Amino acid sequence: MQTAIMIVANYPLYIRSVPTQGELKFHYTVHTSLDVVEEKISGVGKALADQRELYLGLLYPTEDYKVYGYMTNSKVKFVIVVDSSNTSLRDNEIRSMFRKLHNSFTDVMCNPFYNPGDPIQSKAFDSIVSTMMVQAF
Amino acid sequence: MSLKIKLQTGSVCVCVWVRCAGAGDQNLFTALYGSLTQQLPREPMEWRRSYGRAPKMIYLEANFVQFKEELLPKEGNKALLTFPFLHIYWTDCCDTEVYKASVKEDMQRWQAALRLHGSVDWLIAVVESDNKKKNKTNILPRTSIVDKIRNDFCNKQSDRCVSLCDPLKESSRSQESWSSFLTKLRTLLLMSFTRNLGRFEDDMRTLREKRTEPGWSFCDYFMVQEELAFVFEMLQQFEEALVQYDELDALFTQYVLNFGAGDGANWLGSFCQPVRSWNGLLLRRPIDMEKRDLIQRGEASLLDLRSYLFSRQCTLLIFLQRPWEVTARALELLHNCVQELRLLEVCFSPPHLWGIFQTCLGCFWATFGACFRHLLGHILTMFWAYFRQVWGVFGPCLGRVSGVPQSPYKKLKEALSSVEAFEKHYLELSHAAMEMYRAIGRLRSARLLGKSLAEFYMRKGDPQSAENFLLDSLKSYVSESWSLPLTHTRKQIAECQKQLQKMDEYLQTSALLASDTNLSEEERRHFCQEILTFASQTAEDARVALSMSSVTRLQELCFRPSSALVHVSAALLLELRLCSLMPVPVTLEHISASIHFTEEQPGSTAQKRAAQNPDGTVTFPAASPASASALELCEMLEHSPSDNTLSSAGLACRNMHLLMRRNDSATSLDTPNTALTALALEDGAQMLRASDVTLSPGNNSIVFTSQKPGVYTLRQLCATLGRVQLVLPHLYPVVQYEVYSQEPQLSIQPLTEHLLAGLPQQVKFTILTGHYSVKKGDALQLSNTDSMPVLHSSTRSARILSSSAELVAESALSIQSSEKVTSISLPVTPPYHTLEFLLDVLCHIPSCPARMESERLTNGQIIPQKQLWLQQSGCRVSVDCPWSIYSTLVSLTFHVPFKVKHSLLSVGRRKFIQVCLQNVSDTNFRLTNQTLTENQHTPSLELLSLNTTTHSQCVFSVWELRWSGVSPVSLHCEFSASFAPADAPDAALKPYRYHFTLERVSTLLSVCAEIRPAEGEQDCRTGALCRLEVSLTRLSEPSDSDEEYSDTDGLRTTRLLYEVIDNNSNWAVCGKSSGVVSMPVAAMATHKVHMEVMPLFAGHLPFPSIRLFKYLPHHASPVIPPDTDSCLENDSLSLDDQAETASLRSRGSVQSLGSGESAQPRGPMPKRQAFGPGQVFNGTQGQQVLVLPAADHHLMEVNVT
Repeated sequence: MQTAIMIVANYPLYIRSVPTQGELKFHYTVHTSLDVVEEKISGVGKALADQRELYLGLLYPTEDYKVYGYMTNSKVKFVIVVDSSNTSLRDNEIRSMFRKLHNSFTDVMCNPFYNPGDPIQSKAFDSIVSTMMVQAF
Repeated sequence: MSLKIKLQTGSVCVCVWVRCAGAGDQNLFTALYGSLTQQLPREPMEWRRSYGRAPKMIYLEANFVQFKEELLPKEGNKALLTFPFLHIYWTDCCDTEVYKASVKEDMQRWQAALRLHGSVDWLIAVVESDNKKKNKTNILPRTSIVDKIRNDFCNKQSDRCVSLCDPLKESSRSQESWSSFLTKLRTLLLMSFTRNLGRFEDDMRTLREKRTEPGWSFCDYFMVQEELAFVFEMLQQFEEALVQYDELDALFTQYVLNFGAGDGANWLGSFCQPVRSWNGLLLRRPIDMEKRDLIQRGEASLLDLRSYLFSRQCTLLIFLQRPWEVTARALELLHNCVQELRLLEVCFSPPHLWGIFQTCLGCFWATFGACFRHLLGHILTMFWAYFRQVWGVFGPCLGRVSGVPQSPYKKLKEALSSVEAFEKHYLELSHAAMEMYRAIGRLRSARLLGKSLAEFYMRKGDPQSAENFLLDSLKSYVSESWSLPLTHTRKQIAECQKQLQKMDEYLQTSALLASDTNLSEEERRHFCQEILTFASQTAEDARVALSMSSVTRLQELCFRPSSALVHVSAALLLELRLCSLMPVPVTLEHISASIHFTEEQPGSTAQKRAAQNPDGTVTFPAASPASASALELCEMLEHSPSDNTLSSAGLACRNMHLLMRRNDSATSLDTPNTALTALALEDGAQMLRASDVTLSPGNNSIVFTSQKPGVYTLRQLCATLGRVQLVLPHLYPVVQYEVYSQEPQLSIQPLTEHLLAGLPQQVKFTILTGHYSVKKGDALQLSNTDSMPVLHSSTRSARILSSSAELVAESALSIQSSEKVTSISLPVTPPYHTLEFLLDVLCHIPSCPARMESERLTNGQIIPQKQLWLQQSGCRVSVDCPWSIYSTLVSLTFHVPFKVKHSLLSVGRRKFIQVCLQNVSDTNFRLTNQTLTENQHTPSLELLSLNTTTHSQCVFSVWELRWSGVSPVSLHCEFSASFAPADAPDAALKPYRYHFTLERVSTLLSVCAEIRPAEGEQDCRTGALCRLEVSLTRLSEPSDSDEEYSDTDGLRTTRLLYEVIDNNSNWAVCGKSSGVVSMPVAAMATHKVHMEVMPLFAGHLPFPSIRLFKYLPHHASPVIPPDTDSCLENDSLSLDDQAETASLRSRGSVQSLGSGESAQPRGPMPKRQAFGPGQVFNGTQGQQVLVLPAADHHLMEVNVT
């Protein structure tokens, strides 16, 4: 089952996909999903009440994937791409995955040796993503 | 009796079964039926619901059906809509007898039937008519029929029996009873409805729980739950109706998923049949009965079920006024269907999908038209995109499915009939979808679509059309730094460009791909090979310039020497560190750096080279998305021009123009196509060139060297590889280096602080060769001067230093000397080196020292200033250098180490000559062998040495001068001594000669003086006048030239001016202190002068000084000196003398004031003239007189207690 987790600040900061050879397809998918993210953000701007919600929900479904989005306050986007046939993951699970990702991402950003904007190469982050993917998919 | 579902009325239509007593009663009900059906739904009832659901106001509507026992629903029948909610027994019996006879029995039978079916909801309606009552007056109201019925049937539920008063009449009583009947009816109906609905729901749940049992059928369950949905729909509870369908949907989906997971249910078998056709669905009809029947019969296919379910959901959504959800769900449905068909392993062909879309789209446009278009925009767009995508899938199956004729859709049939038509439709669709994406602002999606369209074109063999789409999407990936899609797209572009034969672009793209680490090694080699192959082709075409930045990364530039400042022809090494991104080593024919020459003065550009580190390296920033956006801040301090105080301080952003640039219009440096246009090579520029360079993958370093003077700025880099040139159009930060040229220079400097004359001294010759290279045979020609010969020394060697002051070589120096010139042959020295050697020179001490400044030798005063006695002797050396036709004049200053001073001393007639030789230099000397000779060898002149031999630094020597006969008018003497440095041996002694001339040696006059106390006094006392007697005695007759004579009464006299001054303020001279006397010109003539002086102090006081001058009358004075100070005015004998000290001057200020007044009538004036040093012997010098303190008139009493 194809799955990917991607962290994007308009350009990819981190990607982990299973299986790895499908990475290109995920890149295309996630890149396109930024359109929807932008659309959702501009929509959120109008409704002030929703501003605290970082989870953007299902960005768009395709025949093969479901693409979920999440955006931090610093406009870094997390995207999880799940195979359409994977029905074990409900909205709530995805949401908690995003929250976990965000926590770990914050740790990476707190590292004084991390240069903002560089690809994430933290091993700790990597292992958290790995366990998450093993658990979830 | 028929099932009636009324939509959009908001009322529940329940079934009421009616049983009428007797045939007549049937008529009664028929009469009431009309108003009953009309008036029942008029008022709403509050519907309280179980499970805490919110109460709702609903309208009840009833369907009245005649009671037939055989038609009563059997146990287990769950049909909610045909369920008898309430049974009403109508009777208008008002006769007890009749009641007892027949009605009661009938009622009992009815009740029994109800009980048999478990129906507890019933009502007995007794219609009372006034007409009938009037007929039977004997009946007591107490025992009315109603009471009886209540007694008989309603044990506890008295409300189950209602009496109606003449409902057909218009009386108030009948109205009242009618309305209360209606209320009761509504209440009971609602009670029954609620109870039965609850039971229905319970049953439904039970049924659902049984779904794991074998034999359970989804279709059956579907029907049950749909019924509930219908009921809710009737109650206008669309939300709840939708929930029922959604639950069904979810349940079904779950089953399909389970099936996919291997947990199949039997009933699913019917859904697994292959899809043969799918006739779409029509949303215009609220309920598609055909499909419903299929489901009911268990014959529906997956698509049938899905479409029916969807149509029902849509209907409800539209009632709920949420049409956009319809579209969203439609898309979901499409995805779902495909998924499920796959899961169920249903064999289906694309046209069936096409059917789905056609239907959906059709129904959308039919249902919503254009009014919801703005709401649906996004979803519709995605719809189109998906539609397009599926359509694309058809392409490959065209041949196979061309025979599918069943599709009811004309367009599909037409499109599938030929390849051209298909393509036309596909393109239409694609463009429509792209445009829609653009319209809603999803540019990335539009570009992705464009890219897949490009792929389509490429497959079709139309790279021309594909190119723009690819470039467009490439731009988006470049600007957002998505490397993987970037690489992929670029690869497609490369293919496209290759097909289009756009070689320039293709090579540029290949270069980028060859250095792309996202590609495999093999692919990179391939693209690299493409470039190399092209490069090696020989063709007349112009060369192709590629951006160097795509294949190499300029990392560092290193200057050696690190200052980036060299002289002409020196080796400036420019090491370029390039990182080659190519997968294979590439041999470049040459790599050149074009340089821009600026004729600036060297050194003026130091501030421009801020990017150059002190160690001579320039680091080029790596182009990365993060660093590109970093702020480059610098400190800004502004000083006011007038007083240089700080007027403002701040931070400035240096790369603001990059950051403030609009994002969409930004062109990245990485974009090859825009960069290509800027790759113009600067023609005619100077180049630094390195040939045959092999760039191996990874880091490389290339060394350049450089030459002509000037300031150079590196502008471009260009590597030539056959026909291909790799160009780096700009170098940033600015890199500059300087090459300067220097004229050769010669300087000669003393090694010590002062050069001393008379001793061999070392001077250092320094030759900065500059651009001149000293060849073999080059020599310095020193013109010899007598005063400064060059000393030969065999062991002289020259040191050659490089420009960085490192010792390069040391070689012997040969010096040849001829009469006129000394020639120093120089060793071979490269340009921009320093040649140093030492030379010994000797400056002879000039035998006749320059005339000393006037010193009062007579009164022995010495002004102790070093400048005075350190005599200088300038020496000019003219040097002919091999690099110039002009001679170089070098002046050296030698200092005479000795000071010599002679003086003539007299004692009466005896004469002594004193010569003082003093070492004034810092060097210790040995002075010895002082001798004095008279040059003219005058006979009868004898110089008698009174000296002992000494070797000190300062030698005083005295000789007595004796002569017989006429005294010599002038004596030319030569003093000579030997000197050597203190530690040198005797052999090193060198002579020192000093010539001097003495004139007027013999003593003419002698001055004696005596101070006596006043008359009657024993001693001189302070404050008391004393007598000073000065006697002037002529010792010898002066020679003719010596004095001015005047004849007075036949006696030859000379006029003398005497002057008594006490400089030490010991004496006060009273009365005339000076005067003029006439001295007879005869030997031993004496003249005495008396005057009075007063001692001011007690003690042995020296005599006041007595001076003698020649007095020259005005007429005799040939020259009138302009010096007013030396003027004698009238008879005032106060005279000013130049040499007089300040204290005297201050006293004489009155005179000087007077001189100012009488300056006007200046005429011929008398003049005084000093005698020669030996001509006057003053006997008072050193003489003292005892002065006692003045008689003490003040007694000092000292009491000792």
